[in-house]
Amino acid sequence: MEHERVKPSRRKFLKTAATVAGTAIGIKLLASSRYLLFAAEPKDETLPWYGIVFDIEKCIGCGKCAKSCKIENDVPREPFYFRTWVEQYTVKNDGSVDIISPNGGIDGFEQRVPDGEIFKSYFVPKMCNHCSKSPCIQVCPVGATFDSPEGIVLIDEKYCIGCRYCVQACPYGCRFIHPEKKVASKCTLCYHRLKKNLDPVCIEVCPTGARMYGNLRDPNSKLVKFLKEHTTQVLRPHLNTGSKLYYNALRMEVK
Amino acid sequence: MNFFIPPQLKRLALAFAIFISAFLIVRHFLVPETFGQYGFYRGASLEEIGQTPMKYAGQKACLDCHQDIDDLKQQDVHSEISCETCHGPGQKHSENGDTTLLELHVSRESCGICHSKNAAKQKNAIFQVDLLEHNTQKNCIECHNPHQPWNMKE
Amino acid sequence: MDPHTLHLYEMLSKAQGYIFPNELDLQWGILIVVYPFITGLVAGAFILASLERVFNVRELKPTYQIALLTALSFLLVATMPLISHLSQPQRAYEIMITPHSSSAMAIFGFVYLWYLMVVLLLEIWFDYRESMVVWSKEKKGIMKWVYRILTLGLSDISHETVRWDKKLGYLVTIIGIPSAFILHGYVGFIFGSIKANPWWSTPLMPIIFLFSAMVSGIALVMFIYMAVSHFRKQPVELKVLDTIGRYLFFILILDFTLEGLDQIHRIYESDESFEIIKLLVAGKLYLTLFISQGLFGTIIPLIILAFLQFYKRAISIRKTLYLLVSILALIGVYSMRWNVVIGGQLFSKSYSGFTSFKLGLIGLDGTLMAAFWLLLPFGILGFLLWLLPPWKMVEGKE
Repeated sequence: MEHERVKPSRRKFLKTAATVAGTAIGIKLLASSRYLLFAAEPKDETLPWYGIVFDIEKCIGCGKCAKSCKIENDVPREPFYFRTWVEQYTVKNDGSVDIISPNGGIDGFEQRVPDGEIFKSYFVPKMCNHCSKSPCIQVCPVGATFDSPEGIVLIDEKYCIGCRYCVQACPYGCRFIHPEKKVASKCTLCYHRLKKNLDPVCIEVCPTGARMYGNLRDPNSKLVKFLKEHTTQVLRPHLNTGSKLYYNALRMEVK
Repeated sequence: MNFFIPPQLKRLALAFAIFISAFLIVRHFLVPETFGQYGFYRGASLEEIGQTPMKYAGQKACLDCHQDIDDLKQQDVHSEISCETCHGPGQKHSENGDTTLLELHVSRESCGICHSKNAAKQKNAIFQVDLLEHNTQKNCIECHNPHQPWNMKE
Repeated sequence: MDPHTLHLYEMLSKAQGYIFPNELDLQWGILIVVYPFITGLVAGAFILASLERVFNVRELKPTYQIALLTALSFLLVATMPLISHLSQPQRAYEIMITPHSSSAMAIFGFVYLWYLMVVLLLEIWFDYRESMVVWSKEKKGIMKWVYRILTLGLSDISHETVRWDKKLGYLVTIIGIPSAFILHGYVGFIFGSIKANPWWSTPLMPIIFLFSAMVSGIALVMFIYMAVSHFRKQPVELKVLDTIGRYLFFILILDFTLEGLDQIHRIYESDESFEIIKLLVAGKLYLTLFISQGLFGTIIPLIILAFLQFYKRAISIRKTLYLLVSILALIGVYSMRWNVVIGGQLFSKSYSGFTSFKLGLIGLDGTLMAAFWLLLPFGILGFLLWLLPPWKMVEGKE
């Protein structure tokens, strides 16, 4: 069998072509590395960058938020699927903590521990934190969950493959798999209402104004003014999720 | 200089070239059109999510017809509460007023969801009542107008 | 009410403490236990084969092709538990066309393809090519064409070309070792990188997965070597078993040390999550962790292997002991996968409660499905050993 020789001119051409191609690929890879590194950069400066505040001092555990959310967003009524829910914490005098969320708080709460044993008791509403450095977006293998230009974390129900990695990655337990649609599902901050200049339903129906939302970019918004005047915290700050859900009067028992 | 390529490699290179080209061609047809438009996702899904039908109309929609009730409400402590908080989703009704009217809550339990005594409710957040003691034989609305609760009926 | 909802209500009544409302149902079930077990077997079997090729461990020569074909059989099945577990399996191709580069899971498609095509298939091809050309000339009818296609139509088996087979095969093996590490290491990373779950989140996770994978792969090759010899009515060479056993012994020690280190570190630092994990390990995970993985899967095989290092007599007992060790080690590594996957989902992210796991029998996520995916590779291996019998290969010139 003959040994083939590659002509010198052809070889030079191949070398040049390879160098050019290699550089182009290298540049492309570096450019797309922003997918690997996380930044909380809102992209379009003209759009609002939504944040949320829950005021624990105002929540009365009526559950209207959780109930109306299920109605608005067609969430199955069984007690296993919640886009938002309310928890009741009772810190007893002996230091132990009792936490309950019967049916997500939709039917309200009853006091289980007698007044005399209670050190502190309060309600904590929970919901998707719409993280700016979201671990759920990071782990989605196909790009089915993403953040909208307004900073709302959404799910593309037509593209999700149901691998459940996002459910595992969310530290706040706010995701679930829809039993009928068989894709991941969670709070969308009522994106469909925001687009029509209406408020998310949970925030609309809250009777005490414990739930607020607004544009973090607008220094005059009610939200930013509240953040300025109160001491707020996010859940699981050490996980650095860039959570945009701020709690007023959050206590350390709350995870 | 010699550049000898063993025959296996040539055959393999051909097989791999065919495979990779086939993959890239198939991929081109499979990737959704709007993918990558705004980020690493299908751009069309933003619009699809935006089209979700609403069940709640929002307070402003109620005021188009029921401004009189709101005028009452603004004079008392329930002023900041949205109509749909107690009356439920009103989108259908706001589109056609003759269809299903909204819920009318009439029981002690329904007022109690917010007002019943519970140590977890912060004192300044809401006025609390012990439902086991306060006027147990009456319905709340016999004395309190839900839209003007302190305007007692007796 | 449909059975799944009934099942969920049952689980709700069994929940302990406080769990987030969405956490009742486990997201990853037995199929996700099976998947890392299978890729671990692939990586482990391949590493054993590489020992023979790259480090010239002569005693392992009779197991070389068996190890490679075992790795291939399991690799061919590896994607199936993943696909059958997806709730939208018909969209599985999306991982190949729009892989999200920040997701460890997205790597899977391409690492798998790379390993299957560039490493495993190529290595087997280079090793078998000469024999396949000879067989394509000897056989008649359809088998003639099968072998011709397998050789990609190339019938050159001149001395020079066969020399290139060996050189290229060697090169592929060298590339294959880190590729095998990535193929299984990334699975460990999938768990290890989840900061939301303290049972999973540790930098040691990929390493622990890898070493336990090597344990399982080596144990599997040991088992299959004995099984194949039994079916062929050929004597088992004790030298081979002793060598495999020695590697198994050392890797098992390393694996045990790593897992022990993970736990000791967790106990010593005793961070926020430790209280709930302590309850998990002492309670729901006690049997599968201490008894199944620890005692039967690690301690007893270590004792037996240590014994066999020093006590070199009584041949028939040695064979039985090696058989026992291989099965126990496999059970141990399977339990390890179970403890990681299921264990990590039994406690709530509220750190205040537990849910329960009930293994169903039927259904896409049930025991029967898992057993099917685990047994199918043996069937494939049987077919491959018939198609490409190692003992009928043409002896090439060295």
